[in-house]
Amino acid sequence: MIKLENICKTYGKLDALKDINLTVGEGEKVVIIGPSGSGKSTLIRCINRIEEPTSGSVYIDGELITRKNALQAVRKNCAMVFQSFNLYPHLSVLANITLAPMKLQKKSRREAEELAYHYLDRIGLRDKARAKPTQLSGGQQQRIAIARALATQQKIILFDEPTSALDPEMVQEVLDVMVSLSKESITMLVVTHEMGFAREVADRVVFMDDGVIVEEGEPNAFFENPENERARLFLSKIIR
Amino acid sequence: MNRSTSPFAWWRFVKLFKDWRVFLDALLVTVGVALAALALAVAIGAVLGIISTSRRKPLRAVTRVYVEFFQNIPLVIIAFFMFNALPYAGIMLSTATIGILGVGFYHGAYVAEVVRAGIESIPKGQFEAAHSQGFSYFSTMIHVVLPQTLTIILPPLTNQAVNLVKNTSVLAMISGGDLMYRTNSWAADKASYAPALVVSGALYFLLCFPLATAARAYEKRIIRAGLVTAATEEKIIAVTDSE
Repeated sequence: MIKLENICKTYGKLDALKDINLTVGEGEKVVIIGPSGSGKSTLIRCINRIEEPTSGSVYIDGELITRKNALQAVRKNCAMVFQSFNLYPHLSVLANITLAPMKLQKKSRREAEELAYHYLDRIGLRDKARAKPTQLSGGQQQRIAIARALATQQKIILFDEPTSALDPEMVQEVLDVMVSLSKESITMLVVTHEMGFAREVADRVVFMDDGVIVEEGEPNAFFENPENERARLFLSKIIR
Repeated sequence: MNRSTSPFAWWRFVKLFKDWRVFLDALLVTVGVALAALALAVAIGAVLGIISTSRRKPLRAVTRVYVEFFQNIPLVIIAFFMFNALPYAGIMLSTATIGILGVGFYHGAYVAEVVRAGIESIPKGQFEAAHSQGFSYFSTMIHVVLPQTLTIILPPLTNQAVNLVKNTSVLAMISGGDLMYRTNSWAADKASYAPALVVSGALYFLLCFPLATAARAYEKRIIRAGLVTAATEEKIIAVTDSE
């Protein structure tokens, strides 16, 4: 489904990603963890080319997307949920969700709104359809951002630290939506610090440090007994 | 007859009110020139402002040159140039046309800066979200960035409109038939400056004050609605400070 080959990303002198290779299968749930600045956000942002890799190749469904003109193709495959929600503040919740389906996928308003209400029901916020994003709590905004991502019905959904900007009491409602989503066939790549979530939904955990994938493996084995010293150190700091 | 010689003597006002048509016609000229110049300034400003946020350096350079040129010369020079110099090239423009073009070009530079600052104040996350959904640069602008920009820049744009109305008075220097010119010529003719200036000032005030008040009220409203922060709004308004 997704294949990353020798991805490097440099900002000036800083090597954010150093020769990353990663393959994600169809429907697989991969959680990427690691200390801040380890390059995990940069990595998933390279997958839909919000960041342009300095070198290396990204394939989605066998198609090379790290070349010019492939931009629309990649974004037809990936939806993304951001740390800071990035809802469109000038539009209602409903219009946030229907914008891309209507303008890009040329769905009729009725079709797009039906779809939007379907996903609003899923996240339990149907009654907020007419509200403006700024009137909602952070947790509600992030759930709507997830609904917006789902409404484009892509095969891959990328989460870039979806709960990091939330007040603690709102984290769970967002994780609940993500957990329920993980029961489906959609391919999920999640950058997060939520280890409980990683344990519960991940097929595979990828641990990054300093721009490198240091260790990857099945979550139970990884959390119980990480092979790598840095991974062990990281886990000992965050799991109490 | 023992008439008062005070500059504000009542009989001077009476004379003026008898000639109210002169002032009304002049006001209409000012309003007409201002509206047309505003349309021109907004058109120029929108195009240049959007271009100035593009990634292409030569495009940005063109807008920079335009903006710096018009922001750093007096409006009077532009008016005089079109009125006195262009005829030597066989280009004879009516004073109204000069008013529209001169004031429009001049304020186009300021509107461009407002538009640029407005677009730049839209958080990067908005572009990223739209791009991640598959919107091209152009459709991101149309559907996501510009609608938000418009809300944010409406107060500074309205301030621009106020300045623009006042600046149409440059026409007085080239016998433009606008409110300022007619005020001055009527006053000189009747040797009654004070009432003319008072009334004309009041008319300008009536045009500008409601606009300025509306701009402030709208600014407060969008800040309260969380659509923009007070600091951002201040920053955008500050780009026209050189005026």
